[in-house]
Amino acid sequence: MPAAPATDPPLLEIRDLRVHFRTPAGVFEAVGGIDLDLTPGEVLGLVGESGSGKSVAMKAVLGLLPPQARVTGQIRFRGRDLLTLPEREMRRLRGGRIAMVFQDPLTAFNPVVTIGDQIGEMLWLHDRALSRRQLRARTEELLALVSIPEPGRRIGAYPHEFSGGMRQRAMIAMALANDPELLIADEPTTALDVTVQAQILDVLRGLQARLGIGLVLVTHDLGVVAGMAREIAVMYAGRIVEAAPVDDLFAAPRHPYTRGLIGAVPRPDGGGRGPLVAIEGSPPGLTERLSGCAFAPRCPLAAARCTAERPALRALGSGRAACHFAGAPAPAAAEAAR
Amino acid sequence: MARYLLRRLLAMPLLLLGVATAAFLLGNVVKGDPLASILNERQMNNPEVVAAAKARWGLDRSMPERYAIYLGNLAQGDFGTSFRTKRPVMRDLLDRLPATLELVFSAMLFGSVTGIALGVAAAHWQNGPADHGARLLALIGSSVPVFWSSLIALYVFSVQLGWLPGAGRLDAAIRPPESVTGFLTVDAALAGDWHAFGNALGHLVLPSVMLGWAVLGIISRMIRASMLDVMQQDYIMTARAKGAGTLRVLLRHALRNALVPALTIIGFTFAYLITGAILTETVFSWPGIGSYAVDAARALDHPAIIGVTVLGALAFLTANLLTDIAYVFANPRIRLG
Repeated sequence: MPAAPATDPPLLEIRDLRVHFRTPAGVFEAVGGIDLDLTPGEVLGLVGESGSGKSVAMKAVLGLLPPQARVTGQIRFRGRDLLTLPEREMRRLRGGRIAMVFQDPLTAFNPVVTIGDQIGEMLWLHDRALSRRQLRARTEELLALVSIPEPGRRIGAYPHEFSGGMRQRAMIAMALANDPELLIADEPTTALDVTVQAQILDVLRGLQARLGIGLVLVTHDLGVVAGMAREIAVMYAGRIVEAAPVDDLFAAPRHPYTRGLIGAVPRPDGGGRGPLVAIEGSPPGLTERLSGCAFAPRCPLAAARCTAERPALRALGSGRAACHFAGAPAPAAAEAAR
Repeated sequence: MARYLLRRLLAMPLLLLGVATAAFLLGNVVKGDPLASILNERQMNNPEVVAAAKARWGLDRSMPERYAIYLGNLAQGDFGTSFRTKRPVMRDLLDRLPATLELVFSAMLFGSVTGIALGVAAAHWQNGPADHGARLLALIGSSVPVFWSSLIALYVFSVQLGWLPGAGRLDAAIRPPESVTGFLTVDAALAGDWHAFGNALGHLVLPSVMLGWAVLGIISRMIRASMLDVMQQDYIMTARAKGAGTLRVLLRHALRNALVPALTIIGFTFAYLITGAILTETVFSWPGIGSYAVDAARALDHPAIIGVTVLGALAFLTANLLTDIAYVFANPRIRLG
């Protein structure tokens, strides 16, 4: 990715981020060196299947990984490396300038505390001077911001008294409580009904644009990021296999995995390329990281070179891709497939 | 909730009736003549005295008759008269209940607070020295017989070191405060008699700690297990992502949820100790329900035995009810109905 101009410093710069988990059975690599950039007010889509390391990478940004995780590389937020930041300062960033929205709003809220108190706690943790009345007023404002009806009445409700969509709205309201500059949304719609998913995405998109928040949208669903992100990074087995501006990625996907993902997204406008195609097989587990290209066992283009040599992520056109055949003209790639 | 409570309260007399019946029947099939505890040996040889005593205590009547009379009295709150103390059982129980309650309250306070703290620490530093230390402490408390550990504690802290007063509730030289609640510490404080207060408190320390230690094991293990479970929950991650510190995450977010299953144990243990603190009360000469139960059993004092049994059942039912109510406050997802 080209270096950002000095006038527009990146909000988030991730360089060679690696996460290893120490377990009794050995050390496993969950994230194998990724680079990501996000400029303020932009939306980055981080796409991959479960276990691709996308959530782990984002939890590393907030320092939320368990103690048995070893995180190396650099995570620079506004130029400051978060990995070297003392815990006290990290705590101030968490929920303050960097907030997170989790996948399942039912389990992500404390079941025995009211929604209002949980949002109030978020405010109070970052401004102890707030009075009870101020907390309540601000909490009601936040609930109204995400279009929760009758916020004054809802404030005393417990999470189980909210519907799934309302819970996720409340979760977004809580994340936005302290006007964060960076919002990480980890599969924010996955646990919701399809009909509610679109509403939540609307809320997120609207508020992101209105408040000028930098957003990392983590999802396994290309359809979710298609309408929101300017840039998309596709992860597979702990690494980024392709990153490109959203239009280019959909118009000319360079990595066979991305092509597979796009082929697996239903298109209501009928503009698809024939029937839906599933990607054969399943991603490798943490214990079986391969020396060559991790996607080779499932790849229609796989050749001898793919299992022997791991393809580097190289610049191609407007984006980057990590495939030996990514730069090759289409016929050659098709030939290799045979 | 009100309807639920009403239903539970209405069911209580029925359950108590069952307990009283069982205790009455068991008391009657036990071998041994209660007259032996009423009369001395010489009187037992005099048929006239025996007949008079039998008539006086109703022992000449048939069992169904006695059962009917007993239940009739029980319904009026009359537990009968003790063969041994010759006083109404109800008055004996009421005299001794405050001593037991004071002991059990402070033992449960010590056991719960320490048990919860140990459980939280053990879960937070899982498999670390704190965890092993807490496990050892819990194991010792649960497995060492309380009469033995109490004797050792009395010997060391009272006899050898002289840090704490010995057995009983109050030194003989100290005038007991005017009885208001029956709790010597509270009554002394109410009377402004700080000398008696200090002495009563000192007397309370050893038995409470020894009894509390015996119950903190199960409480700390329970808290540890549910804390470990709760710490894996998503909302703990959320709390950390909000910028909450470790202590806040542990106590406000994790413990509040982990406490719910432990409430059962705490309520149950409390009820159990009302009549179950026998060994502690005996070792520390604590004039409570437990030692009264032992004396009653030894003397085949049927009215007293049944009285203690019914009191124990009442304690259990009350503790259960209170636990169920506590659930509603601890966990808003629970609705009684």
